[in-house]
Order: sequence, then C-alpha cells, then structure tokens
Amino acid sequence: MSTPSSLPPLTAANPSHNSLARLGWRRLRRDRLGFAALCIVGVYLLLALGAWSGLLARHWQDEVAKPFAPPTLFVGVGPQHVELNAADIDAASQRSRAAAAGDSSAATGLAASEDPLAADMAAAQQQAAQYRSAEAPKADSLPLGADQRGRDVLQKVLQGTATSLLVGLSGALLALAIGTVLGAISGYFGGLLDDLLLWGYSVFTSVPDMLLLLAFAAVSGRGIGTVVLVMAFTSWTGSYRLMRAEFLKHKSREYVRAADAIGASHSRRMFHHILPNVSHLLLVQFSMLTVALIKYEAILSFLGFGVGVTQVSLGAMLAEAPAELLQGYWWQMLTVTVVMSLLVTAFALLTDSLRDALDPKVK
Amino acid sequence: MLAFIIRRVGQMVPTLFGVMLLLFVLFNWVGGDPSYILAGKNLSPEALANIRHQLGLDLPLPQQFLLFVKQVLTLDFGVSWSTQQPVSSILHSRIGPSLLLTGSILLLGTVLAVVIAALVAYLRGSLTDRLVTLISTCAMSISGLVYIIAGQYWLAHKAGLFPIMGWSDRVTENLLYYLPLPLLLGVIVGLAPDIRFYRSCFVEEMSHDYVRTARAKGLAEPVIMLKHVLRNAMIPVVTSLMMSLPYLMMGAMLLETFFGIPGMGKEVVMAVDRSDFPVIKAITIYIALATMLFNLLADIVYKLIDPRVQLS
Repeated sequence: MSTPSSLPPLTAANPSHNSLARLGWRRLRRDRLGFAALCIVGVYLLLALGAWSGLLARHWQDEVAKPFAPPTLFVGVGPQHVELNAADIDAASQRSRAAAAGDSSAATGLAASEDPLAADMAAAQQQAAQYRSAEAPKADSLPLGADQRGRDVLQKVLQGTATSLLVGLSGALLALAIGTVLGAISGYFGGLLDDLLLWGYSVFTSVPDMLLLLAFAAVSGRGIGTVVLVMAFTSWTGSYRLMRAEFLKHKSREYVRAADAIGASHSRRMFHHILPNVSHLLLVQFSMLTVALIKYEAILSFLGFGVGVTQVSLGAMLAEAPAELLQGYWWQMLTVTVVMSLLVTAFALLTDSLRDALDPKVK
Repeated sequence: MLAFIIRRVGQMVPTLFGVMLLLFVLFNWVGGDPSYILAGKNLSPEALANIRHQLGLDLPLPQQFLLFVKQVLTLDFGVSWSTQQPVSSILHSRIGPSLLLTGSILLLGTVLAVVIAALVAYLRGSLTDRLVTLISTCAMSISGLVYIIAGQYWLAHKAGLFPIMGWSDRVTENLLYYLPLPLLLGVIVGLAPDIRFYRSCFVEEMSHDYVRTARAKGLAEPVIMLKHVLRNAMIPVVTSLMMSLPYLMMGAMLLETFFGIPGMGKEVVMAVDRSDFPVIKAITIYIALATMLFNLLADIVYKLIDPRVQLS
C-alpha cells in the first residue's frame, strides 16, 4: 500500500500523525482478515511491479501455443480445437479432385492441361515453399490454457492485472489529488471560491458516473493514459466533498490558529498542518477509489472504450470471453474472473480494515 | 414546503448551466472539429465548409454556445449524425424499454433485498446470517460482466430456458418472453450489495433502545420488526432507492447491450461508438435534469416518511 505522494513525509515534527500511523499498523496486524487482505494486495502489487518493469510476462503477445490450447489439467476434456494447415487443405482438395476426376470438375473446373494459370501457380507454390520459415514448435497445452491466437493466458492475465492495477492506482491517485486540492481550497478559504467549486461539484454529480465517463471517452482516444485522465476527471467528487468538510472543521481548531499566530502561511497551514491530520481518511478513500476504478476500467475496456488494442487489461480479456465461451473455451474467462475477484475482494476487505484501524476515536 | 421546492428548482438553473458548459467544452473544444468525422471519405473543402456551416461551427465560440443553450431550452437537439433521425424521436423510442427493464429490476431487487436483509438481520449471528453474508461477499467480488456473460451462455444458450436476445414491439411478449433473463441477471448483480447494506441498516436499528422497550412491554416479535424497526430502517433504504432512480432513465447499459434491448443505455454505448455527439449531449442533459429532479423528490419523500427531518 503506497501512501499518496501529495502527503508530506512522516517526520518527528508531527508526532500525533506518526503515532496514529503506528497505532493503525499495530491494529491492522492484529486484524487477521485485514492483514491477509493486505498480504494479497501486496502480492498483486509485486506481480504488477514485475510486469511493469518487464521482468514478468514480457512476452505475453508471443503465440507460444496452438490456438485455444487447453489448460494442462484439462487436456482431452472439453472441445478439441482442430487446426487445418496447408497440407490438410491440399489433401482434402486432392481427395475431392480424385472423386471428381471423371468429369474433371475440380475447384477450377478445368484439367491441369487446360488451366492457363497452372504453370504460374506451380511456380508460385515452389517459390512460397522457399520462404516458409521454420516455426517454433507450439505447445499442446499450457498451465492456464491459451487464447484464440495461442497466447499464454497466464502471461496475459499477469499483464492484464498489471494494466488494470496501473489504471486503478494512478487514476485514484490523480482523482484524490484533484479532490484534495480543490476540497482544501474550498473548505479552508470558503466564500466565493467555495461557492464556485461547489457549483462545479454539483455539475459533476448531477450526471451519473458511467454516463460522464462515456461522455469523456467519446471525445478522447483510447489508451492507458487517456483512461486514467478520464477516470480522474470524473471521480474526484467524492474526495472533494470529504476534504472540504474536513478542512472546514479543522481550520478553526486551536492548532491551526496557533500556526497562524506564529506566522505560518495559508498553504503551510493547509498542507503542512491540516493535511497530515486528515490523511488517514485519504488512505481509505484511495483504496476505495482504486476498487471502483478497476471495476470501471473493466466495463470501459469491455465496451471498447478503454485501453488500446495493443494493450491488455482484465476488461479487455473479458471482452473476448463471450465469443470463446460460445465455442466452449472457458479457461480465459475463469482465470480473469478468479484473478479479478480476488483482487477486488482483498482491496475491499483492506479498505474496511484500514477504516477501523485508522479511526482515531477507537482506542 | 412550497418555498423549499421553489428554492431548490431555482438552484437547478446554475447547475444545468454548468452541465451545458461542461458538455460544450467537451464536445466543441476538447472533441475537436467533428466535421472531419461527418465528411467521411468525401473530404473536399466545400463539403467541409458546408458541414461546418450547417452545424454552426463557423460561428465564434460564444455564439455556438448560445446555439447549444437554445437547443437545450427548446429541447430540440437536431438530428443524429449517424442515422439522420431527429434526436428527440430516437430518445422517445428508447425510454420505454429502459423504463420497463430498470423499473422491474429496481422493484423486484429492492423487495427481495429488503425481505432477505430483514430476515438475516433478525437471525443475526446465526449460521444463516453468516452464510448469507459470506455468499454476498463472494458474489459482490465477481464483476457484473461475468454474471451476464455466464447467464446468457448457460441459461439461454445451453439450457435454452430463455431467448438469447431480442425485443419486440408488444409489451406482453416483452414481459413474458424477452424480459425475464435480463431481469433475473440484473436482480442477481444488484442483490448482494443491497442485502449487505440493508442488513447493516436493520442491525443498527435493532440495537436501539426503543426495540428493547418494545420487547419489555411484551410486544410480539413480528410487531416489533414490521411496525417499529422496519419503518425506521426504511429511511436509508428509501434514500438509496431514490439515488438509483436516475438509472431508471439511463437504463442498464450492459444488460441492454448484451440482450439487444433498444433502450437508453444501449443508445449511449452506440452513440459513443459512432461519435454521435448530438445524441450523447441530449441524453446527458436529460439525465442530468432527471437526476436533479429525483434528488429534490428524494428530499421531499424523506420529509414525508420521517417527520424529524427539517427541510432547509
């Protein structure tokens, strides 16, 4: 779990925050379910780090197996994919030609001696044979099976999870940054600025999230960066409202007035004094937003408005599922479902535990 | 009450103006020049100029904005860029199926969720309670997409219990033949989070002192649950219900896309796919208006069911 980068580093200058963080950590470790969730999220993050840095699943686009190669444990169960190669087609046409030899009505309806293109075709086939490259042997089965193009589902799901996590985490971070800055300004200064920002807030909340996302997606292209921006611009409202209320509450507290008395500037009071005192709420908000954005990304990518065609995400993998399922190839869908459910559940449980662990009222 | 309603309606004006401004910035500024999309392959300077003139894109930006404001105020959004149908007639024909689908999902889903949540909350701590909570947690973790894909495949394609997709002009045929599977899947997707939320509402109400008092004076358990607890627990339930009312108009995007139901949600997806800006703008304006009205309605209903609430 990384803390949002907008937070100042924990120093001895604010011991109260430091001790809440330590207290929260101690509580979180005592909470067995929450700690397990934290470990699962940590494993996911490590795997994603591996995929981002290129250590893991770098070759996810390689066609290492036969199309729709089944998972190793399920070889022979389920539908068998029969791939026709050139030799099969030749043999089939030979057979049909032999059967139809009597009336010489093969594919062209002409005997070889009458076909004006026969000599050219033979020459072309000979030349094509020269350029036939030696293909690497393709696997009959893979641990988690292969997709339509023979790509390894395991590598694909690693890469897809990394993309989804990247989109979710960075989208949440950006949304949180926008919401925090605007909320801090709104709550701290009040007055006309507050009215203006509240107006913006009411505008963004009067359109349902998904519709707003799609409206933004309609004018922007595809790709990871665009999706992150679109999500951040549409989902900052929750953290804005939260931060506005907190800053409103904190700005008249004694410690802020004391900071004023010793001459601290507005921005120092806002971000050095108040922000550390509300940052535990930001952490909970961050983890909540990440879960929501991972789900949104899946839907956007599924509908075709998400990551680009050369990238893979959990939603993009799910988008291939209906057509595969219809032919009986269930492994890609099952893998994505399990991986995504585990991630979402762990994150949601972690959010709950964080909320309890970081609640300063509970002793 | 009347003064409150008038004031709230007055507050909608700047918000609606803001939504118009946002849409204008998005589609006329960020979205770039749409005449290239419209001109398609026959890209000639004359054709471009012609399209720009038709759309009013040759006017200065403030004047373009006024044009858009006029469109919103007269509720006349011109014609769709992809089908040349008037936008109003498209939306008119899409609202019915969406209302039917989301309305029935909302109704059935809420009734089921409230009943199950009340039962589970009453049996709090028992095996049933823990089992339902566990199942809900697991069910919630799976993406809604998976339910729809799997449901359409197993129930419609494999088992043949339902039609795979489709919609008809006759309401009875829709209700009896095409609606059940999308309805079932929509309810399943929404049920788990609703049960968990409503259960926590009920449990919180049941720990209040008035419940103990009611027990102490010898009221029967059904009376306590149905007359005292239910009424109080309904307040957050109604709030969350009112919040989901805008989706009545927007429809269920994924369900409509999967099952070929010609509703608003499918229209939005198709419009985004085809860069059909007038349709997206019109739908967004309508839904923003609906959301604001439903929010007002929520406050009024809130006041009606809970006399303690003060409208400010």
